[in-house]
Formats: sequence, structure tokens, C-alpha cells
Amino acid sequence: MTISIDSQDSNSKSLQPKSWLKYLSFSLDHKVIGIQYLICGFLFYLIGGTLASAIRIELASPMSDFMPRDVYNQVLTLHGTIMIFLWIVPVVNGAFGNYLIPFYVGARDMAFPRLNAVAFWLIPPSGLMLVASYFVEGAAQAGWTAYPPLSITTPQSGQIIWIMSVLLLGGSSIFGGINFIATIIKLRRPGLKLMQLPMYCWAMLGTSLLVVLSTPVLAGTLILLSFDIVAHTGFFNPVLGGNVVVYQHLFWFYSHPAVYIMVLPAFGLVSEILPVHSRKPLFGYTTMVFSIMGIVVLGLVVWAHHMFTSGTPPWMRLFFTIATAFIAVPTGIKFFNWVATLWGGKISVNSAMLFSCGFIINFVFGGITGVALAQVPFDIHVHDTYFVVAHFHYIVYGGTVFIIFSSIYHWFPKVTGKLMSEKLGILHFAITFIGFNLCFAPQHWLGLNGMPRRVAEYDPQFQFVNQISSLGALLMAISTIPFLINIFLSIKNGINSGDNPWNALTPEWLTSSPPPVENWEGDAPLVEEPYGYGKPISQKN
Amino acid sequence: MTTLDSSKEIKKDDSDVSEHHEDFRMFGLITFLIADGMTFAGFFAAYLTYKAVNPLPEGAIYELELPIPTLNTILLLISSATFHKAGKALLKNKNSDTQKWLIVTALLGITFLICQLFEYFNLPFGLTDNLFASTFYALTGFHGLHVTLGTLMILIISWQSRSKGGRITNQNMFPLEAVELYWHFVDGIWVVLFIILYLL
Repeated sequence: MTISIDSQDSNSKSLQPKSWLKYLSFSLDHKVIGIQYLICGFLFYLIGGTLASAIRIELASPMSDFMPRDVYNQVLTLHGTIMIFLWIVPVVNGAFGNYLIPFYVGARDMAFPRLNAVAFWLIPPSGLMLVASYFVEGAAQAGWTAYPPLSITTPQSGQIIWIMSVLLLGGSSIFGGINFIATIIKLRRPGLKLMQLPMYCWAMLGTSLLVVLSTPVLAGTLILLSFDIVAHTGFFNPVLGGNVVVYQHLFWFYSHPAVYIMVLPAFGLVSEILPVHSRKPLFGYTTMVFSIMGIVVLGLVVWAHHMFTSGTPPWMRLFFTIATAFIAVPTGIKFFNWVATLWGGKISVNSAMLFSCGFIINFVFGGITGVALAQVPFDIHVHDTYFVVAHFHYIVYGGTVFIIFSSIYHWFPKVTGKLMSEKLGILHFAITFIGFNLCFAPQHWLGLNGMPRRVAEYDPQFQFVNQISSLGALLMAISTIPFLINIFLSIKNGINSGDNPWNALTPEWLTSSPPPVENWEGDAPLVEEPYGYGKPISQKN
Repeated sequence: MTTLDSSKEIKKDDSDVSEHHEDFRMFGLITFLIADGMTFAGFFAAYLTYKAVNPLPEGAIYELELPIPTLNTILLLISSATFHKAGKALLKNKNSDTQKWLIVTALLGITFLICQLFEYFNLPFGLTDNLFASTFYALTGFHGLHVTLGTLMILIISWQSRSKGGRITNQNMFPLEAVELYWHFVDGIWVVLFIILYLL
């Protein structure tokens, strides 16, 4: 381990390994670690996607004929856990954060490079452990929420492996968060003010605060849950005098902020992409910063809106309904800022832009159903139905995953020095957008009509709509094919992009593409206006 | 963690390299301690909710005696002071004094752990007896784990500060300062734990 580090450090200027093998090594370079996060996350996305396809195949018919019911439970648990903890959180935080943040703050690496590498290398083993738990007496069956008493009574070795895996991933996430906070606050290049940072830095600062404040609570909770399973204590076991609602409070104290951990970085990324491709400054920078911080603060005090059916007292319902409704304000500000950024801009219709616009459309829809779900009477009606599934996927897939793809198209030339094929990219967007909406829009109707989630069988009257949904899922599965072809073809024989194909002004484009090991040949440039588009060329730096 | 990359980081201007670098290692540690504190906050919140909502079942025993934990509180408070002494001695470049005070601190930590174990063996309830018993052992056990790790770290740095040619010197105070901050943190958590578990 140390040997490779030393050799990299000693001749780092000249050393720019061309080989893909560097992505399999214990590297301390933030750019390599970022790509490692992305590739690792994408592999788990393929696994999670396969599980999702299995769920939709099962639900194409009302009876549980494709797989046994307990296997269905395992599949949906692994699907949720893998997609959240191994794809979205690591990629939207770890991958893009590691790649971009040091550029944005004008540094040559993260504040703690070795901690950074450790944070990444916790992920593959815990992910493999999670997937492998299927072969040990069956994987966990209690859903990604692992609510007791279900998680205490279902087969236990799978559940324990699940807990260990999530604990390791939580640790990785906390290390990453500490690193991002230290990098953004302490490692800024001299002269660079906080209010001059690109928006993604603010998003990552907010996200990392949430990670540091809430992930440890989940860790503590899961430790108590594992005591319940292994040592037969009764923290959450009503038979032994425990209290399941305490678990729910502690769990959602992490897992509601986790939604913002998944979506805030996407807000940051879209704020980077839209100005570049519409050639306009980001609208309302200051309001954007304050709304991110507002979301961070409010995001910590809304968790019980997941628990309106858990016997919460009326005052608690009132408080959490109001707090949740308030979150719509900063989120709405951001939404209007993005639209205003596009307004009157010189928009280039390319894959990155299309996915970003797809994000805006999907996200506003998911946001509206979110406000609806915060209202207690409505929430009690649709709780634990497909309406919640649809809402959640509109935020996390329609929101974050669209932005992940958008960012890949946007920053691919940065990483490889090659352009991606626009034709394949637009095909990828079209299939994804149609497939996604076909899959999840009908699920709102299913939920409103009372189809419960997490059940392998359903009332035959819902079959037709479920089949539409499954067709959409099929399209989503197909959509990864043009994407993968595009990636491999572009790496192999894509057109050279030059250093700055988008004429962007943010700092990462002011160096060569791909960047040198130490990010800049000389000193880091001081970018005071990362969004100074739309001015005469002579005024640009 | 940061000695290797420091050379890479600040190549461009060598002026206040070490000072700048020390600074954000401590910053990272404080961030970590906030995270660690949140774990305890979760446990405390669970315990307080249980106290408010879940009555102790008929016939269940959950009684705590004050003498040993009070002694333990005093031990930890003294150990914070002795650790501070060690840091002061290092500032004056008196390594042997530093090592002496660190060993005293470690001994206080070990005494704390022995007292804690003694309390465990003499309590009238076990881990799985009832909800409050479980929470008691989980909380004190998790804290005891922190004390154990802290004691080990103190022993390591007391070895490293043994002579003027060692790793920890007047010029390289960070390992000592980091462990000191951690130790004060563990100490502070104990005071909160003592109030919530024993006095409330």
C-alpha cells in the first residue's frame, strides 16, 4: 500500500498512468478515487437494476408465479439497499464530489487523501457481502427500512449481514463527509471566497453536514437492532417490553436526511450543467445557497412524516406536516432558479442538457406528490401503497439518476478527453425518459386505488396498469444498452474534445482534459465568477 | 495520515506549511467527534424516550447504586486534568514529565474500566433482563469501548513521547493534542451519561 503511494508521490509530475489498471489500485488521487466510486456504483446499479426487473416481471401477473414470496421479499430488500447505499449515495456524493470538489476549491487533492481511499475501499467488500448474503440462508427480507419486529423475526443471518454491510457503508459515508467539509472549508485556494464557490460545493457542504449529523444515529440504531437479533435484548421487541416506534424515529432521523443526501448533490450538479449549456449565469446564486442551507436545517426536523400511521400524537403530526410543507419553499426557489437560468438562454440541445431538463420535469412532479404526502389525511390514505413508491422513484430516479447520467455526459470529456456520441446519448435519454414515466406514472393511480407495496401478489383488477408499468421497466432496462455502447465506443474511438469542449468557466475546465495528476501545471486559477457567461469574450478570463 | 500528502499539497508556497496543515487535521477530528457525539445522542434519545413511554414491567429489577459511578466521574475528571498537565509539560519541552503525566492518565483510565467491570458484576440485573437493563449496558458499554480505545491511544503516545528524539515533540504536538481532545470528549460524554443514567 505505502509503496504505491510513495512511488506516485515521488514522480507525480511525470507520472500519468494511461492504463485502466490504476482504477484497481489503492490510489490516493482524488480523480482516480472519484472514477472508482463511479464504476463501482454503476456495477451495483446493474445488479440493483436486475433485481428491479425481477420485481417488475413478478408484478406483471397478479399471482406470485415468477419467484416464491420470500425470495420476492429478499429481492425488494436488496434492490432498495443496493440502489440507495451502493449506487446513489456513493456516486452522487463520492464519485462527483471527489472528482470535482478539489478542482472547485483550487486544491491538488482532498484534505485527507488516505481517509478518502479508505472510505472508497469500504464499499466494494460491504457491497459484495450484501449481495452474497442471498446465498446464506437467504438475504434480509425486511425491506430497506428493516423495521422491527419484522427484521427480528425473519431469518436472521441475512439480516445481520445486511446490518454489518450498512454499518460499513455508513462509516464510508461519514469519512467521506468529514473529508468534504474539511476540503471545502479549509482547503480553498487563497483569495477564493465562500460565496464565489461553484454551487456544487455548497450542495456538498450541506450534504456532508447532513451525513455527519445523521448517519451516526443510524449506526447506533443498527447496533441496537443487531443486539436484539444476536443477544435477544428487547430494545425494539414488543414481546420483551421494547418499543418499535423508537426504532422508527431513530431510523428516519437518518433516513429522511438521507433523501437529501441523495438529492442535494444532484441539485448542485444540475446547477453546474444548466448555465454551461444555456450560456447564462446561474440565476439567483445567493438564494440558491440559502435554500440549500435551509433544506439542510429543515431536513433534520421532518423525519416523523414517514410515521403518520405509527400512532404519532396529533401535535407531532401537526408539527411535522408544517415543517415538511416548509421544505417546499427552498426547493421551489431552486426550481424557479433553474427555469430562470434556462429562460432566454442560448440552449444547446445535447444529452447533458436533455437529462437535466428531464430532471427538472420529473423532479417537480415528485416534489408536488411529496407536498401532497406531507398532508396527514392524504398520507394515511396512501401510506404503504404504490403512490409512495411512485413518489420516491420520481425523486430518486427521475431526479438524481437523471442527473447522474447528465453529469456523465457533461464531464466525460473532462475525464477522458473524448466526446461522447450525441446520437446514442439522445437515444439513451429518449428511452430512459419514456420508460421511466411509463413505469412510475401509472403507479400513482395504483397507489390511490389501494395497491399495497412490498407484496408479491395483488388484486387482478390492477393487472393491466401493472403491465404498463412493467413495460416501462423493460424500456428502462434496455436504455442502459445504448449508454454502455456509447461509453465503450467513445473511450475507444471518440472524437477528441480538446480541453474545454463546452467553453465552460468553472475551474475544472481551466486545465487540460484529462487533467494532470496534480490538477494544474502551475498554480490553481482564481475563478471569481464561475458562471460569468453571456459577456463579451474580451471580458472573460 | 497526512504526513505523506502534505508534501504534495502545499508545494507551491512553503511559508506556513506545517501550521496550515495541523489546523485542518484538528478540524477533521472535531467533525468526527461531532459525528461520534451524534451516535451517543441517538442512544440518549432512545433511553429518554423509553423512560417517558415504557413503564418498567412488574417484578423487573432496575436499580443503580451511586458510589462507583461517582468515583468513576471523579477519576475521569482528574484524568482530563492530568492529560492537560502532560500537554503543558510538552510545551515546556519536558518530555519525561509528559510521559509521566500520560502514564498517570492511562492508569486513571484503566482504573475507570476496572471499576466499571466491578459495577457490572455486582449489578442485580443482566443484559437481557429488561429494556432499561439493556439500554444501560449498551450505553455504558459503548462509552467503555471509547475509554478503552482512548487508554490504548494514551499508552501509544506516552511511548512515542518518551524522549526528545521520539515522534511526539515540541514541534509535533498534533498526536498528543488529538488524543487529548478525544479524551476530553469521552470525559464530557461520561458526565452527560452520568447525569442521564444515574441522576435522572
